[in-house]
Amino acid sequence: MRDLRLAVRAGGGFGLGLAFFLIVVTLVPFAVGPRTELLAAIAPGILWLGALLACLLSLDRILALDWEDGSLDLLATAPLPMEGTVSVKALAHWLTTGLPLVLASPVLGLLLSLPAAGYGPLVLSLLVGTPALSVIGTFGAALTVGLRRGGLLLSLLVLPLYVPTLIFGAEVARRGAGALDYATPLLMLAGITCGTIAVLPFASAAVLRVNLR
Amino acid sequence: MNFNALWAYANPRKFIETADKVLPALSVLAALCMGVGLVWGFFFTPDDYRQGATVKIIYLHVPSALMAINIWLMMLVTSLVWIVRRHHVSALAARAAAPIGMVMTLIALITGAIWGQPMWGTWWAWDPRLTSFLILFLFYLGYIALWEAIENDDTAADLTSILCLVGSVFALLSRYAVNFWNQGLHQGASILRGAALVGDTEERMSNVYAVPLFVSIAGFVLLSLALIILRTQTEIRARRMRALMARERMN
Amino acid sequence: MTLEVSDLAVARGGVCVLEGLSFALSPGRALVLRGPNGIGKTTLLRAIAGLQAPLSGVVRAAPESLVYAGHADGIKATLSVSENLSFWAHVFGNKDISQALDAFALTPLADRPAGMLSAGQKRRLGLARLLVTGRRVWLLDEPTVSLDRDAVAMFADVVAAHLGAGGAALMATHIELGLADASELDLVPFRARPVELDDFDGAFL
Repeated sequence: MRDLRLAVRAGGGFGLGLAFFLIVVTLVPFAVGPRTELLAAIAPGILWLGALLACLLSLDRILALDWEDGSLDLLATAPLPMEGTVSVKALAHWLTTGLPLVLASPVLGLLLSLPAAGYGPLVLSLLVGTPALSVIGTFGAALTVGLRRGGLLLSLLVLPLYVPTLIFGAEVARRGAGALDYATPLLMLAGITCGTIAVLPFASAAVLRVNLR
Repeated sequence: MNFNALWAYANPRKFIETADKVLPALSVLAALCMGVGLVWGFFFTPDDYRQGATVKIIYLHVPSALMAINIWLMMLVTSLVWIVRRHHVSALAARAAAPIGMVMTLIALITGAIWGQPMWGTWWAWDPRLTSFLILFLFYLGYIALWEAIENDDTAADLTSILCLVGSVFALLSRYAVNFWNQGLHQGASILRGAALVGDTEERMSNVYAVPLFVSIAGFVLLSLALIILRTQTEIRARRMRALMARERMN
Repeated sequence: MTLEVSDLAVARGGVCVLEGLSFALSPGRALVLRGPNGIGKTTLLRAIAGLQAPLSGVVRAAPESLVYAGHADGIKATLSVSENLSFWAHVFGNKDISQALDAFALTPLADRPAGMLSAGQKRRLGLARLLVTGRRVWLLDEPTVSLDRDAVAMFADVVAAHLGAGGAALMATHIELGLADASELDLVPFRARPVELDDFDGAFL
């Protein structure tokens, strides 16, 4: 709860990730040319990549602020399990970053002339996939909390972990845009999301305890 | 066999003493195997009727690819040992092995590109195997970067161990994801496919190529082992030096 | 016995700083840790709070009885004073924050964003957190930093009331609080001796 209120209060939390997503998507046509059919072909991939990068952008704020003002020390000695704390952090990150991206994606799909069949699968895949991005990102943030220049290292650590999610997520969106059957990759994506939500908080909590020593 | 006796080697002093004894023999053996395997493979095997002389890069490509994966597995095991039993040598061995594994991955990628150019007409294709190795390379990079970034040795050991565990799971996931994403050009595993040595199928790799390949694989294994032991020794000494310096500063 | 420490050794940055430390803290008592900077007071408090593992020795305390307050107060600048406090009250399963606000004269500031507070007011807010936790043993690391004389007296009253109600406090401070039930522990005798340098395995710790 507090994290949510904080993110809203601090401003930027909502806006920044979303604005970044918009800018990335806007820049793509400048880079590849304005041909509609080309844009339509790469739209699902671009939207997924943009969402992923927008998530990445705000990761280091998940834990760094709490680390700096000492809240993490106090939370660690509080009667909350660390696993719960990091799960809530990941949830707050998703609600402030992932969910707005999901909601904004159809509009940005319009900009990239995504075929009509593609909107449903795109939103669905982002809805199912972005929680995994937040949870994995929280793990990365826990690894690099308290490091100088942690942000760069964070990207290096987290991006390889994003590969499976990106592959299946973009596959759903792509097959959806091509009006193909996308049930299998969607199930795989859901599996990855459920798996990471179930297991990774333990790893993040363990890592955070080590870092607080 | 009494496995508990193995833990004695987790003592840094014992490890260094043993390593000093083993290293010369191991290095000579590695050089011998690699020399024999590579020379035999390069100069004393016939050209393949389809692939010509390019096939001979297999004597570098396959062993390095094998080692790239096996060194990661070794790091996984030593990380687990560190988490469970907290033997410093184990964590340092994982740290020592990572750059070797990364170089092996790089060799596999480069030789693969050199082989792929004449065979497939392209240096690089987004083929599942190639892609998986590229991802493995990224994992090695991240792992090494994390070791370098953290100053406290124990913290670094803990964090990298957990990263190695989580990374292994994700590397495996990526492997399947990549397979799903693109069925590739790459031929199936050359050696492990159903009794390649004794089988009599059209596809099997003939003995002429296989024997030097195994010698050169043995050479790569021994080389990696020797390098890992050497680097672990260095890491132990560096670690000890840092500890001593910290103590000096305190007093 | 509220808190008992026996034969404790703690390390900072991989080097042992304090060893052979034993003391006990009974209800209604405060123990003030003394010693020059860098002797390991913060490290000791963090070890007792469970934030880092001791090298050796045992810390015995009733479960869920300790609360730690370090150098940083864990205050969110964008939340108001009362929001900050009620967050921590929620974390520790309590509701009422008015008493804590009163004790540190924060009631007039309750709706102000914590970012607008002065350093001393922030410190008071950080200390008020101790009251809403409802924990019996306070572990305080330099609690009086940036407090003015009135605020120090306010803090001393709060600690005295806490001790009077059967609580206990372990604190590292250089300021005389005038507490009747306090004893002092000088950490200098427990400074870790340098280990023999030819001890190969020992150099690993």
